[in-house]
Amino acid sequence: MSEMKGESVSSTIEAAVRVETKRQPLPPRERLQQVFDIRDLTAIYGSKPALKDVSMEVYKNLVTAVIGPSGCGKSTFIRCLNRMNDLVPSFRQTGTIRYHGQDISGRDVDPVAVRRTIGMVFQRPNPFPKSIHDNVAWGLKVLGMKDNLSDRVERALTQAALWDEVKDRLKASALSLSGGQQQRLCIARAIAVEPDVVLMDEPASALDPIATQAIEQLLHELKGQYSFVIVTHNMQQAARVADMTAFFSISRGEEGERWGELIEYDATEKIFTAPSDRRTEDYVTGRFG
Amino acid sequence: MTSLDATTDAARRPFPGRRARFGDLILQGTAGIAAVGALVLVGLIVWKIASGARPALHAFGLPFVWHVVWNPVHGREAYGAGSFLFGTAVTSIGALLLATPIALGVALFLSELAPGWIRGPVTALVETLAAIPSVVIGLWGILVLAPILRDHVDPALHSTIGFIPLFGPSSYGSNVFTGIVVLTIMILPIIASISRELFLTVPQELKEGALGLGVTRWEMVRGVVFPYAGGGVAAAMILGFGRAVGEAIAVALVLGDGLGIHLNLFDTGQTLGGKIALNYQGSGSGLETSSLIYLALILLVFSILVNLLAQLIVRRAARRKGLAA
Amino acid sequence: MSAVELSPLHRPQDRLRRRRVFNRGMEALAWLAAAIAVFFLGVVVWSVAQRGWSQLNLDFLTKSQVQFEPAVPQGLANAFAGSLVLVGLATAMALPFGILIAVYVNEFAPRPIRSAIGLTLDVLAGVPAIVIGFFVYGLIVVAHGQSAYAGAFALAVIMLPFVYRATVEVLALVPNSLREAGLGVGAPRWRTTLGIVLPQTIGGVLTGTTLAVARVAGETAPLLFTCSLAPNGIHWNPSGAIQSVPVAVFELSDSAEPSDHARAWAAALVLILFILVASLTARWLATRSKRKIMRAGR
Repeated sequence: MSEMKGESVSSTIEAAVRVETKRQPLPPRERLQQVFDIRDLTAIYGSKPALKDVSMEVYKNLVTAVIGPSGCGKSTFIRCLNRMNDLVPSFRQTGTIRYHGQDISGRDVDPVAVRRTIGMVFQRPNPFPKSIHDNVAWGLKVLGMKDNLSDRVERALTQAALWDEVKDRLKASALSLSGGQQQRLCIARAIAVEPDVVLMDEPASALDPIATQAIEQLLHELKGQYSFVIVTHNMQQAARVADMTAFFSISRGEEGERWGELIEYDATEKIFTAPSDRRTEDYVTGRFG
Repeated sequence: MTSLDATTDAARRPFPGRRARFGDLILQGTAGIAAVGALVLVGLIVWKIASGARPALHAFGLPFVWHVVWNPVHGREAYGAGSFLFGTAVTSIGALLLATPIALGVALFLSELAPGWIRGPVTALVETLAAIPSVVIGLWGILVLAPILRDHVDPALHSTIGFIPLFGPSSYGSNVFTGIVVLTIMILPIIASISRELFLTVPQELKEGALGLGVTRWEMVRGVVFPYAGGGVAAAMILGFGRAVGEAIAVALVLGDGLGIHLNLFDTGQTLGGKIALNYQGSGSGLETSSLIYLALILLVFSILVNLLAQLIVRRAARRKGLAA
Repeated sequence: MSAVELSPLHRPQDRLRRRRVFNRGMEALAWLAAAIAVFFLGVVVWSVAQRGWSQLNLDFLTKSQVQFEPAVPQGLANAFAGSLVLVGLATAMALPFGILIAVYVNEFAPRPIRSAIGLTLDVLAGVPAIVIGFFVYGLIVVAHGQSAYAGAFALAVIMLPFVYRATVEVLALVPNSLREAGLGVGAPRWRTTLGIVLPQTIGGVLTGTTLAVARVAGETAPLLFTCSLAPNGIHWNPSGAIQSVPVAVFELSDSAEPSDHARAWAAALVLILFILVASLTARWLATRSKRKIMRAGR
């Protein structure tokens, strides 16, 4: 882990500088519209806290990256945002997550409704064992979006930059696609049902560089319509795609217990060029661990 | 002895190739013979049953299979499997129809719904139900279940939905319907426990992929779990069906040993296995015994086909999944 | 409800309320199915326990059956003794045979033969027990008459696939590093197999055998034609027919005599208790042996 980081120091900074010149400047934060307003979020598996006291906002039509060393709770964090952690029996959380002003972490909120509006793309491509077409169409059918089904499927596949590759074999099994294509299919599946936010949990970690590039390109093109939160362990990726970046790290208690914490959250270029916390600087320059 | 001695010793020792290989040959030979023995055993079963049935095959030919007659009176002897084949089909299909939805419900409950503390005990209970011997279920069926069905359930079904010919007038507790219920209890845990294991093999990632779209748990089950485990569930149903078809003891006790083809579930009936079981004291003529073996031959052929079919489905599903991984 | 309607999560075309109700309904049906299964088990066990318990006395366990003498205190000691002999003999036949087949399949056999034997034993496992009984009838009984040997052989044929499958499954779990370690110190293959690989599987084989014994102890069908016409009294000699618990239950439950029914219930209770104990033992053995193999693999 640490060796890998060491090698990529200079390229990280280079990439960050390149991004800086390419990216449009962010408007001031108070002019941005909030999607999530997270206050004092603490997440606990069994008796072990995975995450403590996270407070941050996520803004509309931006790509927000969550970076940090493994075990810092970044996956736990985004799984809280669409109630995916409800599936873990021993999971508990405290604090509030307001989505457009409504607290979605309460028991009275149906997680099905939450996930329907806040979609997710997972670490490993997980297409259903169905045809390419049915992978996208299934969610649409179940959710009652049956009008213009084939148009919707085509639009989603086009948005996910997959249409040209699969338009001649929509009936073929999704499992016959390459890993990168499968992941884009999963993105198409997620955006076909027109969510408001798309959460991505290390979507490129199992992919080769070319497939990764395709997905990053796609984020740039789609963020006008959706808001993205992307977890990544790849700092260059965060520097390339994200407008805002949150850096999580591991804190240790007196009795050796460990939990994740939000260290710093700011515009991506600030995080990578002028971080205000020493730990962030150590991490983005590769001195961590 | 110093370590130096040991190394020189070992170095000087010639390679003991032959003796070691002799031991290998013996083990491999014995084990191989045992394996061939298994093949021979199955062949022997087929051959013995077929040759035992030969006199009846000779006397009645293939029409035996559908002839509805069983007359052991000397001089007018005539035998046919039709009635028992019908009884077997009705009881087994009825049991499969009743058991499958319940078994799938149990399997879903145990793999998806049950809270942790309830999961282990109920799984163990379902497996215990599978372990109860058929003779005990039969005993319970004839002495407890049959009177209850006769006095309460059968008349109620007849008076409410009696216009369907299946639910005709009832007179005995030992009837086809009781047999269906008994077989249902016997195959329910088989289908349930295989299905439960299959549902547990559905990758969590797939389930999360579905739930992440904002579908309900049932929609996830229908869209992901069922298609993924579909082939295996079909194989489980086939195995359960095969078990019901081959069951002899429990149905022999509760069916009332009737002859003939009729739609009324509340009338007596008989199955292939039950007919064989009830004649174990072997007082009949040679031709009757041979005819009973003919019934066994039908069961044997059917059971082999059913198992090959189930294996085929399982292997095909496994190959498909291997492609997926 | 209006709070939910106004919520940013609300999407009218989802028909979420309807789907939620449907989901609840299906979940309730699954709970109901589980309840039905547990209910049937409970009813069967309760019926047997309630009716059999009062009969379980010393006479029942120590005296044997005497037909046509209802006044004499009767028990099923002859059936217990017979079942012991039958199941013991069957295990002695099936266990070495099944283990050897599994050793051949997992350690020596080329791939096509491996799947052919696996398939054959799967088919054998699916052959109805009554057909196995008839097979042994034709093979042995026609020429030599009924005997405990014949009955035990029929039971052994039923046990064989169980023992085989249990052994082959644990053999496959034994890590290859152990085999290599054995061969690596220069031990020949047969010594490695018998001395290092097979001992690892003892727990799993015991589990499978215990389950097979539990299954076979309750089998009636294979005994009807091979070992059912037993003389009165306790017999230990397997060359003649001997009574067994499942056959006794079958005969007694078909009788018209209420006192016979009472003894059938008691025998059924003994059978169920035995099977419960065996299943629990198997479960315990299984968790223990799995832990042991895991440790050896590390």
